[in-house]
Amino acid sequence: MTKDLDRPDQSDDEESTLFERVTRRTFLTRVGVAGAAVGSGQLHAIAFADTTEAPVLDAPASGTTMRVRLSVNGRDHDLDIDPRTTLLDCVRDHLQLTGTKKGCDHGQCGACTVHVDGRRVNSCLSLAVTHEGEAIRTIEGIGQPGALHPMQAAFVEHDGFQCGYCTSGQIMSAVALLDEPYGHTDDEVKEAMSGNICRCGAYSNIVSAIQQVRRKV
Amino acid sequence: MKSFQLTRVDDVRRATELASVQSGGTPQASSMRFLAGGTTLLDLMKLDVERPQQVIDIHRLPLAQVVATDDGGVLIGATVRNSDLANHPLIKARYAVLSQALLSGASAQLRNMATTGGNLMQRTRCVYFRDVASPCNKRMPGSGCPAIDGYNRNLAVLGTSDQCIATNPSDMNVALSALDATIHVESSRGKRSIAIDDFFLVPGNTPQNENVLTSGELITHVTLPRPTPGNRSVYLKLRDRASYEFALASAAVVASVSAGRIEYVRVALGGVGVKPWRSHEAEAILLGQAPGAAVFRMAAEAAVQSARPQSMNGFKIELAKRCIEHTLELTTQAA
Repeated sequence: MTKDLDRPDQSDDEESTLFERVTRRTFLTRVGVAGAAVGSGQLHAIAFADTTEAPVLDAPASGTTMRVRLSVNGRDHDLDIDPRTTLLDCVRDHLQLTGTKKGCDHGQCGACTVHVDGRRVNSCLSLAVTHEGEAIRTIEGIGQPGALHPMQAAFVEHDGFQCGYCTSGQIMSAVALLDEPYGHTDDEVKEAMSGNICRCGAYSNIVSAIQQVRRKV
Repeated sequence: MKSFQLTRVDDVRRATELASVQSGGTPQASSMRFLAGGTTLLDLMKLDVERPQQVIDIHRLPLAQVVATDDGGVLIGATVRNSDLANHPLIKARYAVLSQALLSGASAQLRNMATTGGNLMQRTRCVYFRDVASPCNKRMPGSGCPAIDGYNRNLAVLGTSDQCIATNPSDMNVALSALDATIHVESSRGKRSIAIDDFFLVPGNTPQNENVLTSGELITHVTLPRPTPGNRSVYLKLRDRASYEFALASAAVVASVSAGRIEYVRVALGGVGVKPWRSHEAEAILLGQAPGAAVFRMAAEAAVQSARPQSMNGFKIELAKRCIEHTLELTTQAA
């Protein structure tokens, strides 16, 4: 069985530090779950529940949902989801893979970029239920703290971001670009990356990061 | 987004059978939509501009091939992705204008999703069409056209009517027009082939009808004829920024020069027409002439002779002329 990259809290070497690894997101999730539990008198039962499993946003199976098996970062997930669910909302809300960001939600900004069968796509303009049998890869499947993808490391080295909101989409685009038929110049990189908008304007550093990796590959 | 029933299909017959359950009429009026790349359809469904009750997912149909045909042309499947088509060796070598047009459109991500058939069905970017709070004769026939007295900088100057001035936003379709493409469709009633110049409709009094497809018809493939020997082809796109932007004006030209005379020429315009705008007028002026600035200018003038500027888009007429002239220079200058 492949290592579960998308759930770092569960990995063997990090289990002992579970309680130290309280991120802003896990904190909010746990407070939310605990808050709901206080209301129902079940605090004791779930206070230390494994919140990384939390399928709290999964819609129950019903006449309005469809069953789909999605392969995300090498791991299969069986889901019952509303057919309207975009691939973006699916990975974020149903699989808790929140590295993929929602920017414009209309295919105009690139923050939601993921790979489907190795090709970069806007996950906001795609329905999750149409991707059964296809290999989906999100930023969580590209690299992890301590084992960064060379592109992630290059973005850090070159300051290829400021606020970071567009960064996972930028990196997903940049990784896919390595296998696409673009030329070697900076101008070619700019053209290839035009579907990823950075409101902070970190573009020149992003180009530097990408070119460094391309020269090494 | 409104609820819909989604069906995944993997063969054409099943797709057309499902589609035939819908009643007759135009595809636009139908409550069924075929979903391929989704880059237009999902966008418009989120805006409630498109509200299908039934969606047929066709992206797995076995229509993703680009193959040479026996007559020296090429067959392009309806679900071939824009990026695959643009980078296909056959297209790059023999139909450069198509490759260039595709690569000038959208972003790398969108080109990885968008398909040949879907791009033929791409809908306008008119801001009033996309805003369900606004009247729009295309979206809601008879409700009016706020663009005519409103924000129309990006809209059409050729083929417009008092009902609609929306631009066809596609780059691919402009190149296909210059390449004399034929569109092949299939339904439970049979198959038919449509020349691209006959495929798109001008708005007239029925701007809701954008093409000649009837309800339930599925685009299966596009064919291009054998390229004219010795031709050169170029797609030139002028826009507000260098990448990832729709055309203000674009030109696709396919031309060949022999013994100092233009012996073959096709001129099509994008960004300025209500449909991909083939200019027979410009071609008539150019054919048989020696290439040169004066004849290019005459051809450009002829191409926009019927243009009707709106309050904000009059600049497009001069822009289109210069775009045509420059593209003609690129396609006819000595190698």
